[in-house]
Amino acid sequence: MKHPSKLWLGAALAAVAANPVFAQEAMSLDEKVNQTFAAFTGPFVSLIFAPFPGTSFPWIVMWLVVAATVFTLYFGFVQFRFFRHAIQLVKGDYSDPDDAGEVSHFQALATALSGTVGLGNIAGVAVAVGIGGPGATFWMILAGLLGMASKFTECTLGVKYRNEYPDGTVSGGPMYYISKGFGELGLPGGKFLAVLFSVFCILGALGGGNMFQANQAHAQISGIVGDYPGWITGIIFAGVVFAVIVGGIKSIANVTEKVVPFMGILYVGAALVILLINYDKIGWAFGQIFAGAFTGLGVAGGMVGALIQGFKRAAFSNEAGVGSAAIAHSAVRTNEPITEGFVSLLEPLIDTVVICTMTALVITISQQMIIDPATGNYVLNEAGTGVATVNDVSGVALTSAAFATGLSWFPYILAIAVILFAFSTMISWSYYGLKAWTYLFGEGQTTELVFKVIFCVFIVIGAAASLGPVIDFSDAAIFAMAVVNIFALYFLMKLVKAELHSYASRLQSGEISKFSD
Amino acid sequence: MPTKLLIGLDGESSGERALNHAKRLAGLIGDCEIVVAYVIEWSPFTFQTAEENAKRHQRREEELNLARTRVVDPAVKQLIDEGYVASGVVKHGDVAETLNKIAVKCGAEQIVVGRSSEGGFTQRLFGSSTGNLVMHASMPVTVVG
Repeated sequence: MKHPSKLWLGAALAAVAANPVFAQEAMSLDEKVNQTFAAFTGPFVSLIFAPFPGTSFPWIVMWLVVAATVFTLYFGFVQFRFFRHAIQLVKGDYSDPDDAGEVSHFQALATALSGTVGLGNIAGVAVAVGIGGPGATFWMILAGLLGMASKFTECTLGVKYRNEYPDGTVSGGPMYYISKGFGELGLPGGKFLAVLFSVFCILGALGGGNMFQANQAHAQISGIVGDYPGWITGIIFAGVVFAVIVGGIKSIANVTEKVVPFMGILYVGAALVILLINYDKIGWAFGQIFAGAFTGLGVAGGMVGALIQGFKRAAFSNEAGVGSAAIAHSAVRTNEPITEGFVSLLEPLIDTVVICTMTALVITISQQMIIDPATGNYVLNEAGTGVATVNDVSGVALTSAAFATGLSWFPYILAIAVILFAFSTMISWSYYGLKAWTYLFGEGQTTELVFKVIFCVFIVIGAAASLGPVIDFSDAAIFAMAVVNIFALYFLMKLVKAELHSYASRLQSGEISKFSD
Repeated sequence: MPTKLLIGLDGESSGERALNHAKRLAGLIGDCEIVVAYVIEWSPFTFQTAEENAKRHQRREEELNLARTRVVDPAVKQLIDEGYVASGVVKHGDVAETLNKIAVKCGAEQIVVGRSSEGGFTQRLFGSSTGNLVMHASMPVTVVG
């Protein structure tokens, strides 16, 4: 998940401000839009991101973590019990050879991952570690492990209650399982919740899944080539996205879908190389992570500060409980919906436990964060809000600087990766938004075209302006999806448990067996 | 029990040559059944967009239908019209691996394929389907030039 780091926003603002002519023109437009949006959306944003009284802990993060814990306990630690089985499913061991040519478990997982792995793993982790210290990593891993159960629950339901149309296409996601599931259980309000979810999903898709991505991509590009008006980036991105989602130019999407996983592998590979070079410091880094998790090692807020940052980053990064992944996973071809649930639980593991942890380890080992040699604690920056860094960098710049200590050329690769991740996230979210849109307004070429055109227009707006309130509102919408989705999941989880019992007993009895045997 | 020959078609002229060779073999063998196979190259480990996934089932049906109506069914009809015993099969998968699996499943004595018409970088890097089939097949393979 790509959550806006205020630092990035600041960087983008600074970039715009550096161009006096553009800044003047943009400011007037920005101000108008900002004021209008802030007036209408401020209370909603404040409600979603409101902290618990007397703390800086947003209740929405607790909402996601509590849900993940409840699902973990309710399904008896399904993420550990069926972990091996999930790997076997992805490998295709249980796939019917006669279904060759259909969407495989691997493909559904890879597609969902391309929507979640991205800027959150690169910039977001740096923000978390930069504020909460290395100890944030421990809580991030814990939240990631728990989040696996949330994904399992929502993705099982996504496949179970998807719509299959006569032409063979499928539509699935929380809006479908909420309305159908509530109907099956005889509960009222299913349709209302589904509509509410769809509204939030459309807003989230246009904001966090679109404008924020365009905004960050522009900030990244202007960081390399120098400042220039954001609308140019916006038009280019919108043109390419338009060609893919409206023009059906599959070759662009195909290239991206192939390059993005490659970038992900390259990123993890580079992190591993740096860890291998510094193998003697790995033990020390883990020591810092464990010590920081329970003492804070001098960061603002101490242990609680580290915990908040870790939980927050994991929740923002892997989208477990948000419901977006259920849309992506519902396309798989299987007679057993729960198998996709097992596969989907690998998503937070890859996104948060592996990739986010890699970033955190590299940042810690690079020693870009300044430690007081006398106390062993981290030194706070001047504002006292985060850890002081060597070149006073934060966010993606901190990640970049940390990787550069081991591989000097890596920042260039990272810049390309950020742009590609932004693009692939836009493509993914254009689909999530579209599914919510068609749920509200019906399937049809004209209806779909209207949404796709709106989506492309928002790319230009997102890249051209630094509309803080708009982006805040969009992110709030993504987490509002989680409010609706998790509320519904508490009612629907017994349906998943019935599936789990049935499947587990058939697996044990040998009724379900490997096809490769 | 007739001797079975599996013919791998690719919709190109090389497939035609393989088919003609199979007819000659069938004539020499006598009691022989020709199984015509067309494999649509596909891997479960590729990366696709969410929209492609949602439409995948529909696309698969279209691909199977095209392969049947354009390649396999005409070939089978031609063989039957000429007095041979013939059947057809269309599958998705890795061409070499799937042809071998079909041959094993139907109990074919031999696989007949045309010389690969693939070329370029991919072939140099990963080898052609024909080359892979020759290397990994569980039964004799005849490659018709």
